[in-house]
Amino acid sequence: MTMRTPLGQVRGLGSTRAGTSHFWWQRLTAVANIPLTLFIVFSIVFHIGTDHAKMAAYLGSPIVTIALFLFIVSSVFHMGLGMNTIIEDYIQHEGLKILAKMASTFFCIVIGFSSLFAVLKLSFGG
Amino acid sequence: MAKLKAPIERPLSPHLQIYRLTLTMLMSIAHRATGILLYFGTILLAMWLISVATGPAYFAFVNDLFSTYLGRLLLLGYTWALLHHMLGGIRHLIWDTGVGFERKTVEILAWTTLIGSIVLTIGVWLMGYWVRGGLS
Ligand code: HEM
Repeated sequence: MTMRTPLGQVRGLGSTRAGTSHFWWQRLTAVANIPLTLFIVFSIVFHIGTDHAKMAAYLGSPIVTIALFLFIVSSVFHMGLGMNTIIEDYIQHEGLKILAKMASTFFCIVIGFSSLFAVLKLSFGG
Repeated sequence: MAKLKAPIERPLSPHLQIYRLTLTMLMSIAHRATGILLYFGTILLAMWLISVATGPAYFAFVNDLFSTYLGRLLLLGYTWALLHHMLGGIRHLIWDTGVGFERKTVEILAWTTLIGSIVLTIGVWLMGYWVRGGLS
């Protein structure tokens, strides 16, 4: 057992310079998500009921692929950061917290890369 | 020491149950709730993108799933969650610049988020049905 307070133990070790990183990336991706979301929502709505060949060609066209690509990267990053905050808020047990964050990160990576793969496949040749 | 009596007996340590529910509180909860909905809603988007990339048969299958009543309800919820979270997020970004904390402004922002998200959702779905050519 140590008599030193938690503050005393870390004082003087210096900043990791990472204090605002989470906040910064959450905001950066939030800003990016606004135009990307609007673009994706309207491009999907205007193609409701389109047959498969036309839809594949549309999603695979360069501008749409780029927009989808950026939307997927930005929103998966954003939602991963957001879910980490939520986990930290509600799960107190240290071990469970780490497991939950791990599971969430795996989910984001699987969803992100599967979506990206689908979009790139459409773009690079059916 | 003279005993000072507080004009009103106030709870010393407020708990969640003691606060009166306000719209701004609800909007704060809604931002987190829609964030969680969107988190899981990405499964729908991924499923749909993969279906287009896989081929006509799987695309038709996923489209049929999305066309059921349950599917449409999920997509309607996803649309609302997305638009509500977007407007709520813009509200957060405005606050981040250090403005908009006056009680009146906060109230206006909350109502704008709520009404705006409903109006936008209805607008997007009407547009969708119009593109589709009817209420089928
Ligand atoms: C469309 C534009 C979007 C904007 C402007 C936006 C904005 C924000 C902001 C500012 C926060 C932080 C809130 C806070 O600090 O309390 C946040 C949290 C979050 N966002 Fe977004 N977001 C957007 C889209 C999305 C999307 C597409 C997803 C999921 C795929 C998402 C998932 C989340 C999650 C899970 C959180 C954490 C919620 C919380 O901590 O309460 N957001 N968003």
